[in-house]
Amino acid sequence: MIGLENVCRSFAVGDSEVRALVDVNEQIENGEHVAIMGPSGSGKSTLLNILGCLDQPTSGTYLLDGREVSGLDEAELTEVRRNRIGFVFQFFHLVSRLTALENVELPMVFAGTAPPERRARALKAIEHVGLNDRADHRPDQLSGGERQRVALARATVMGPGLLLADEPTGNLDSKSGTQVLDLLDRLNENGLTLVVVTHDPAVARRADRALVMTDGRIVRRLRGKELESIQGIGPGIAPGTTDVTSVST
Amino acid sequence: MRSLLGFALSAISSHRLRSLLSVLGIAIGIGSVVLLTSIGEGTRRYILEQSTQFGTNLVSINPGKAETVGIPGILGGTTHKLTLDDAAAIARLSNVERVVPIAFGQARVQAGELGRSVFIYGVTPDIPDVWRFHVRQGGFWPHGDPSRAQAMAVLGPKLKRELFGNTNALGQFVRIGGARFRVVGVMEPKGQFLGFDIDDSAYIPVASAMRIFNRDEVNEIQFVYRQSALVDTVVEQVSRVLIDRHGGNEDFTVTTQEAMLEVMGDVMNIITVAVGAIAGISLLVGAIGILTMMWIAVGERTSEIGLIRAIGASRRQVQAVFLVEAAALATGGGAIGLAGAMALLALIRTAVPDLPTHTPTIFVVLALGVSFATGIFSGVVPAARASNLDPIEALRSE
Ligand SMILES: Nc1ncnc2c1ncn2[C@@H]1O[C@H](COP(=O)(O)OP(=O)(O)OP(=O)(O)O)[C@@H](O)[C@H]1O
Ligand SMILES: [Mg+2]
Repeated sequence: MIGLENVCRSFAVGDSEVRALVDVNEQIENGEHVAIMGPSGSGKSTLLNILGCLDQPTSGTYLLDGREVSGLDEAELTEVRRNRIGFVFQFFHLVSRLTALENVELPMVFAGTAPPERRARALKAIEHVGLNDRADHRPDQLSGGERQRVALARATVMGPGLLLADEPTGNLDSKSGTQVLDLLDRLNENGLTLVVVTHDPAVARRADRALVMTDGRIVRRLRGKELESIQGIGPGIAPGTTDVTSVST
Repeated sequence: MRSLLGFALSAISSHRLRSLLSVLGIAIGIGSVVLLTSIGEGTRRYILEQSTQFGTNLVSINPGKAETVGIPGILGGTTHKLTLDDAAAIARLSNVERVVPIAFGQARVQAGELGRSVFIYGVTPDIPDVWRFHVRQGGFWPHGDPSRAQAMAVLGPKLKRELFGNTNALGQFVRIGGARFRVVGVMEPKGQFLGFDIDDSAYIPVASAMRIFNRDEVNEIQFVYRQSALVDTVVEQVSRVLIDRHGGNEDFTVTTQEAMLEVMGDVMNIITVAVGAIAGISLLVGAIGILTMMWIAVGERTSEIGLIRAIGASRRQVQAVFLVEAAALATGGGAIGLAGAMALLALIRTAVPDLPTHTPTIFVVLALGVSFATGIFSGVVPAARASNLDPIEALRSE
């Protein structure tokens, strides 16, 4: 379970200060599927990084499974990232010199899993995303959709409870995007907590609810009918309305 | 990819040419040092072997004092020559086992039509024991008063072969420097000494040699002392006898095997320092090559570093990846240099068989060990840079 209380994150840029997150309060239950939307620069990635323990709030508290993350030391943070959290990125972030299978093995290499078990688990994860026949291909021999599915296998191979995806379909055509989203849905059905940052209303509509961010704040929380009817999210979003104009990304 | 090590190595093998170029410095450095030290070590062993083949308790005395001035007998009062009587006086000392006065020079040895200009040693019949030679055929002339000339000669095996071929030389006559000598013995082959062919020479009584070379002194006195005696004591006793006989002047030089080996040790030390300096400089150059390459690699792989941090690599593991990579690069470079040096040494051995070379196992181990250490050393800074990267910043770089 995730709890955010008055979470702020600011960056010092030269003499000025960029407030990427301002007083974010949110609860995400285990097994939920949450979409985060909002215009560019609204703080979505910053929030996701904090949720993934890659970054720490400037102020406020982040509770992950009841533990305050700012109280964890370097080794504990590494352990959390390794075992509790999976990451999927817009640009896949596969290691280009390694094969698909080796990329999926990578988290287990750092976890010190014995090679035979590692191989077996990686093969299973690759099979799960339907790429057993591509296991020995390098990323540059794979299509975008296939790369993202390899990244997805890598993100889930350690059996995390929380999967964070930053624009997972941002670089994919709609067919490969749908394949990836279907896989995400299936993982969520099996109990994985899913937080997906997206600009695409179609992606957001798959979630149980959506958080709309503007200028570092969560300005709207959409669920049910409101979520069904969103078309696009823009900076001029008026609270209470659901027919919002689309904004170019 | 079997482990963290495998992951680190994957980066090297994905940039083969670049990796190879970056370790060229260390390869050349290690290679040249192994090459030089192998030749040095070979030479040292060769000289050691050459010197000790005469036995370690052999001492030689030469006229003139070589200690303060380079050229003996240039300074100081009268320089006495070494004489047969000096040799006889030394022989009377209880610690001295055998003494051989030696008069030598180049002369022509003629047998019928055939003749050769060779080195002639005027010695006593003790010489085979003193130099640890063996007579193959016949023997030396009988022991007796060394001041008596006798027309008898012992030939080195090569000289014998050149003059007499396979026919028996014993009892035949040769002319040496105009005088007639009867061949009484032929030596066993002994080979070269410091490039000088001992087998191509003849041995005649010292008094005969002095007559041929027209001098009344000997070039050198060599003696062997008892194993039980201390070399310093013996040298002191011998020196005292000679100083007494030379009117209180120490106008001679005593050279022990120890002293010779010491001089050689000094020369080897100078070589070692020189090779060490080359090694130091080339390792520094090699280290800079690897440091540069690793620094660039960290820059190029920033987003990869962010990724592995996000999927659960600790700072220490990131550091280890780059340290291992640097160490593997350097060790590989060292191995390449080592292999190159070995190949060159093999080539040298076939091309110049006379040049002694020797590569002890410890050199190989050291070469690889030093390469490894250089790699770790040059990997420290890039690895620290990698492990201190902020994972978010690293992920954002594309
Ligand atoms: N490391 C940083 N240093 C300075 N400013 C930063 C840093 N990271 C983010 N920001 C700023 O914080 C704000 C939020 O950035 P963030 O990346 O979270 O936006 P986003 O909602 O993910 O945008 P996009 O949809 O374009 O990915 C932006 O104004 C950005 O410039
Ligand atoms: Mg973003």
